[in-house]
Amino acid sequence: MADSIKVVLIEGDIERAQLLVDDLCERGGYIVTVLGDMVGLSRKISEIDPDVVLVDVMNPSRDVLEELTIATSPRDRAVAIFANNSDQKMMRTALEAGVSAYVVNGLEPERLRPIVETAITRFNLFSRLQTELETTRTALAERKTIDRAKGILMKARGVDEEAAYKLLQKSAMDHGKKIAEISASLISAAELLE
Amino acid sequence: MKTFSIDCGFMPLVDAAPLIVAKELGFARNLGLDLRLHKMPNWSAVRDKLAIGEFQAAQLLSPIPIAAALELGGMAQKFDVLSVLSINGNVIGVSSQLASQLEETDFHDAAQTGRELAKVVGKKLRIGVPFPFSMHMELINYWLSRIPEMEGVEISTQTVPPQLMPDAIEADEIDLFCVGEPWGSFAVESCNASLILPCKAIWKTAPEKVLAVKSGWADTYRDEAAALLEAVHLSARYISDTANVDTVCEILAREAYVNVNSELIERALTGNIWINSARDMENVPRFLEFHKGAASFPWRSGAKWIAKQIAERNGLDVAHSMAKAGAIFRTDLYRDLLKTSGIDFPGASEKIEGSLEVPTAVSSERGEMILETDVFFDRNVFDSYAFKSDT
Repeated sequence: MADSIKVVLIEGDIERAQLLVDDLCERGGYIVTVLGDMVGLSRKISEIDPDVVLVDVMNPSRDVLEELTIATSPRDRAVAIFANNSDQKMMRTALEAGVSAYVVNGLEPERLRPIVETAITRFNLFSRLQTELETTRTALAERKTIDRAKGILMKARGVDEEAAYKLLQKSAMDHGKKIAEISASLISAAELLE
Repeated sequence: MKTFSIDCGFMPLVDAAPLIVAKELGFARNLGLDLRLHKMPNWSAVRDKLAIGEFQAAQLLSPIPIAAALELGGMAQKFDVLSVLSINGNVIGVSSQLASQLEETDFHDAAQTGRELAKVVGKKLRIGVPFPFSMHMELINYWLSRIPEMEGVEISTQTVPPQLMPDAIEADEIDLFCVGEPWGSFAVESCNASLILPCKAIWKTAPEKVLAVKSGWADTYRDEAAALLEAVHLSARYISDTANVDTVCEILAREAYVNVNSELIERALTGNIWINSARDMENVPRFLEFHKGAASFPWRSGAKWIAKQIAERNGLDVAHSMAKAGAIFRTDLYRDLLKTSGIDFPGASEKIEGSLEVPTAVSSERGEMILETDVFFDRNVFDSYAFKSDT
């Protein structure tokens, strides 16, 4: 496809990259290359000769992209979307989502916009998924702590599981703490007494 | 006392010390300033967050605001430079293979080391620098273009993040690197790189990092800007006292800041540089300067020197570019904001760069002050008044 837009995504996190690649491929009209290894980045990008390069604002290798903005011929000179004050709102939204884009070969704004918007959506989705994953992980860890504390109580006080849980619950309420916190204290206290 | 807060971006480098110490040892707080420091992973992010107002101030490579003033790097935002945060502090290094072929290099003599390098590099020399608009780039170009033996060698530069210099050397992507501390010492420790020259050997008073704000910000927020300038000045004075090196190293080594072993940081602050894994050491007096010789004064002539190099390489009008760069180095604000602080500063805003062969007394606001030697390795001088606009 002569008209396809060549997109390079610089991203070390495969899962994060995949979200965006899938979305762009589904839309069609894009050839997406993901560069995950940061060594030799400058050379690899020039070999691909992309129309757009997308990179996380906070990626340590992002400065490599600044090179594109001073390419020798003005036609080749890339423009960083943040640099272009024409669209402050998009710039801010992109920055907040962590998306920075460098446009090479003078790709028209109307063709760039969907790419950046997709990237913003996908980057945001990824952070949300990560937060959710983090929440799940914490919940799971708390569950384990509470189970251990219950076990200790059951052994020490000779009660059943339900009674042990009620004891923890009551103690948590009395002290204004979370059950997981009370459980953690109980576990460390028990370790001391062993 | 009036109190205010400033969000300020920085990069994890030894030369961020004036900002870090200003916060940690209370120089900022004593002036009513809550200095909130934000560690950034790349220069573009520091610059962009300053541009959109997420930061009110930032540590920047001196050429970044100058490139922006020249509308290079695609930046539409303009910046003002309030002061110079550090003078020099970068090192040039090569892979251990290349180092083993070098014979008569002299760590303190850029001409000699340049000639020796020319003998062994062959047809191509690939150089890693941390940012396209950096003193690393300007000093390397200035140096190699003035070594006659280098003529005919195809020199290419590419951007490599400081922490990745060892990887780039090991992957044979670059032959030579120029980087700020502690990352040169880090390369020595992690990939047996050899350091062959401090950038100080190229130009004795190269303005390395600056304290930058959005254009016009300091004219509006004068009290804030004055407190920031004064706090950073007091901090720089504290750091430059050798009795405080240990304290400064321990603060910078913390995870929130440079996050490397304090022993690596000490090298830049003492000027005792381990140049290879065989533990050869070179001492470079004032390897990285924060304070002495009016180090923080934003000489317009320094800005113009940088602008001239950038303009020539990018085909811009040299005299116009120099004028634009000089205008954003706000010596006027520096004087005005520090007027009541008791801090001394030079009477002039420009000097003939490279003309001070020895430390020299010059007239200052309060009488006299000593400026340090500022020579270039090739003994050329840079007189900005000698350049006339083409148009």
